[in-house]
Amino acid sequence: MTWGRISLVVCVVLLALAPLTLSPFRLGLLAKYLCFAIVAVGIALAWGQGGMLTLGQGVFFGLGGYAMAMYLKLEEAGSAGLPDFMVWSGVEELPALWKPFGNPVFALAAVVLVPGLVAFLLGLLVFRQRVRGAYFAILSQALAAAFVILLVGQQGLTGGTNGMTNFTGFFGLDLTDPNGQRAVYAIAALVLGVLFLVAKLLVRSRFGRLLVAVRDGEDRVRFLGYDPALVKTITFTVSAVMAGLAGALFVPVVGIISPAMLGIVPSLELLVGVAVGGRFVLAGAIAGAIAVNYAKTLFSEDFAEGWLYLQGGLFVLVLVFAPKGLAGVVESVRERFGRKPVEVTA
Amino acid sequence: MTGVGSPTPPAALLEVRGLRVVFDGFAAIDGLDFTVEEGELRFLIGPNGAGKTTLIDVVTGLTKPAAGSVRFGGRELVGRREHHIVRLGVGRTFQTATVFEELTVVENLDLADSFRLPLRSLLRRRRGVSDAVASALEAADLTALADKPAGVLSHGQRQWLEIGMLLVQRPKLLLLDEPVAGMSRSERERTGELLHRIASTHTVVVVEHDMEFLRRYARKVTVMHQGHVLREGSVAEVQEDPRVREVYLGRAKGKAVT
Repeated sequence: MTWGRISLVVCVVLLALAPLTLSPFRLGLLAKYLCFAIVAVGIALAWGQGGMLTLGQGVFFGLGGYAMAMYLKLEEAGSAGLPDFMVWSGVEELPALWKPFGNPVFALAAVVLVPGLVAFLLGLLVFRQRVRGAYFAILSQALAAAFVILLVGQQGLTGGTNGMTNFTGFFGLDLTDPNGQRAVYAIAALVLGVLFLVAKLLVRSRFGRLLVAVRDGEDRVRFLGYDPALVKTITFTVSAVMAGLAGALFVPVVGIISPAMLGIVPSLELLVGVAVGGRFVLAGAIAGAIAVNYAKTLFSEDFAEGWLYLQGGLFVLVLVFAPKGLAGVVESVRERFGRKPVEVTA
Repeated sequence: MTGVGSPTPPAALLEVRGLRVVFDGFAAIDGLDFTVEEGELRFLIGPNGAGKTTLIDVVTGLTKPAAGSVRFGGRELVGRREHHIVRLGVGRTFQTATVFEELTVVENLDLADSFRLPLRSLLRRRRGVSDAVASALEAADLTALADKPAGVLSHGQRQWLEIGMLLVQRPKLLLLDEPVAGMSRSERERTGELLHRIASTHTVVVVEHDMEFLRRYARKVTVMHQGHVLREGSVAEVQEDPRVREVYLGRAKGKAVT
């Protein structure tokens, strides 16, 4: 067995044991980290493999999250009622935009399709015009800012600044019950596992090789007869769908979705995790996302103000001294001890 | 061998007419007509700034001309995007060979080989090495380095890898931009042999400065000067032309004309 396989098995065992050993509160936190880890897989694809520094994954996370939250709110309110926040903001009739979200199939499809479609159209527009590098990064960040303003402004539709909260059920699961919470945790872990495998297969495929080629020499790829804009658009779309799924799981896991979780700062925090773990290695990105968010919880419990500085410092340190992140450090340690380096491109 | 000396008149594969390219008000190419027939091995020479690379850039879609047409096998190329032109069968290399350093040599070739695959089959993992890739590996003398990242290759090996990537794409027209620039004597010789092999089955246009290389391998030469064609003919004809001597060879007479 290779090192990669062994660590994979260890991780799966740890994730499987967690519901048995952790308190419901801690398990909920872990489930939240897993949601961020799902986003991290997408960022590692787009940024690590594809060179697209996306600073606005919060948008897609939010689109998935709101689609799920809308369904859950309608489910809770019953056939006649309105979601609680609408009652508070004086909305009397269910807005047309909300109506189809009463259907669970529609809502689940929207979780995947809305972020996917937004990313696809944006990608076609932006990558075709050869917007890249820092310009793409700034654009994606501006998108996150605009998205938050839109959400806050539409109080009656979105719950404004407060967003939506107080979710009690999730497809028949009771979210107030520890067993329901365990089930939601299991779903998050499963989705992460499946998406990790999908991403790994993608990285190892010819498309994955092509993506690296686009990252390192977009102009050269054109003269091999490929359209780099299409390659980037597809990858960006996949990463957006992953973020959307993560957002949709975040709602039952954490019990709230609000603009504060989707703006520039949370989008950047997602990125910090990936950078710390190692953006070129999918498993590294996952580990980084979990570790950074765990550290955030630890520090926020004791000295909250310090965390932002620590996080910023960590980001700078990693980019300056270990641009390949923890995964890069592990790789070089492994090489130093004379073991044949395991394939770490995925 | 195709084309040269065959009884039926060969069809023009590439026809450039009335081409004009302007950079910031300066006409890099002005009123250029240029024809390459199927099966030809054509050398394109001229002093720096004559517009040789610009011509290749226009043919491959990298630079948009201000006026004129570029017809390839009867199809207009001006206005098409780069990857479409490649798909029509025009391949090129660059002055500084660009290969994908993080990918292995064989992955570089495989990507070049797979460009006609539908997107769906790109999602699968590469299994083994296709015949085209294997023969390109051999032609480029890189079989031993197949699984090494392309980043470790020497300058000459990169050029060969790039030519190999071009070959697996089976283009109808190859445009090589200074393939021997910066190469050692033995590397130049190997490249010349490779070029000869390629030219026996492909139509090739080579931009080259190296006169010794030119004399050894050229059949027909086009001399460019200040954005238009000055002279076209065999190596001997071109070398004897007083205008060519004046604008180009004359400046390095001792070295170039012997």
